[in-house]
Amino acid sequence: MKKSTLLGLLVLVIRRDLVLAMRRRADVLTTLIFFVMVVSLFPLGVGPEMSMLRKMAPGVLWVAALLSSMLSLGRLFSADYLDGTLEQMMLAPQSLSMLVLGKMTAHWMVSGLPLVLMAPVLGLQFDMPVQALGVLIIGLLLGTPVLSMVGAIGAALTLGLRGGGVLLSLLVLPLCIPVLIFGTGAVEAVSTGLSVASHLSLLGALLVLALVFTPWVTAQALRISME
Amino acid sequence: MLEVSNLACSRGDHRLFSGLSFMLHPGQIMQVQGANGSGKTSLLRTLCGFMMPDEGDIVWRGESIRELDEEYYAEMLYLGHLNAIKDELSALENLQISAGLSGIELDEKEALAALRRMGLRGRERLPTKVLSQGQRRRVALARLLASDAALWILDEPLTALDVGAVELIQELLAEHLARQGMVIFTTHQPLQVAGAEMRSLSLS
Repeated sequence: MKKSTLLGLLVLVIRRDLVLAMRRRADVLTTLIFFVMVVSLFPLGVGPEMSMLRKMAPGVLWVAALLSSMLSLGRLFSADYLDGTLEQMMLAPQSLSMLVLGKMTAHWMVSGLPLVLMAPVLGLQFDMPVQALGVLIIGLLLGTPVLSMVGAIGAALTLGLRGGGVLLSLLVLPLCIPVLIFGTGAVEAVSTGLSVASHLSLLGALLVLALVFTPWVTAQALRISME
Repeated sequence: MLEVSNLACSRGDHRLFSGLSFMLHPGQIMQVQGANGSGKTSLLRTLCGFMMPDEGDIVWRGESIRELDEEYYAEMLYLGHLNAIKDELSALENLQISAGLSGIELDEKEALAALRRMGLRGRERLPTKVLSQGQRRRVALARLLASDAALWILDEPLTALDVGAVELIQELLAEHLARQGMVIFTTHQPLQVAGAEMRSLSLS
């Protein structure tokens, strides 16, 4: 029997959540299919006018990504809460924040990363230029982890509540507005020929801020929910 | 050594118990008794630090568990009503992960040996959703074999277990006490542990 390290613990939690996600593939696919459906409905609903589609593309893609990440947040802690694993996580002799960070990372890899990879394909439906697609991907790459991390706070606070899903969206969506603004702002800037550096730097700053604070806040929220 | 002094606990407005004091020394085992709803689980959960007591203090090796936090958790093991095992994972994966969460890296050989001792030979690699209730409990209890914690807090460890498994648990408890371990548990079934005097605490 060997003692495990903090990094070992992080890897263990991420691997565990990924294995579980692979064995429950339907959950992962719903998020992705929802994203594809919502984005695809717009060109059908609005009509094939290219200039309009190009203009609304970043907004539609970002809002759809935001909504589909909400969809999977409820599952972040609920399964572990119901089967008692979360109790055992609280009793782990290492820091609970680290465990939470592991769960957030796995959640992003399962529900955020597929959206990022799918976005350029969907962007083509809106006739987005290649340059704008590139900025969109970078923006999503920086922004979706923030959605997972901020969402985790809401998921921890609404744990075990009936009708927690709606409450979760009400709590988390307002907090995600800055990500939405800077994410779409970056794509619009590149379309109009302005510099994207400021928008992307701000997104990066949000990511760093979330990375530092949200695991700890989520861990505290979980402790409150478990009482 | 676990020392509880003047502990009071309530659920909502309902006072479960108050003025509870006891000491648990190495090599001692204590059974918490009481009717349904008398606060046995709440007491054990308070000892784990999940719930804040209304009054009183819980002291582990001379320091309050509030201050020790992670140092205390490294020395205790809690098994509750919930098995904390995942249906999608095999018994082996479940054991390795739950041991990993409690800070112990278990290689495959050690994990298999623990599961076999729990009577799960031939079922180590099956997803736990195909196992029976008693077998799942055995998977959860296999953690006792893969732990070096000094204090075991067991909430109804015998639920869904057959006679053979109950004997096995008695053996495990006796071994743990012989290593100067400590056990505090609840059960509604008779349980004898060889070579140790069973202390009991009644909640009413």
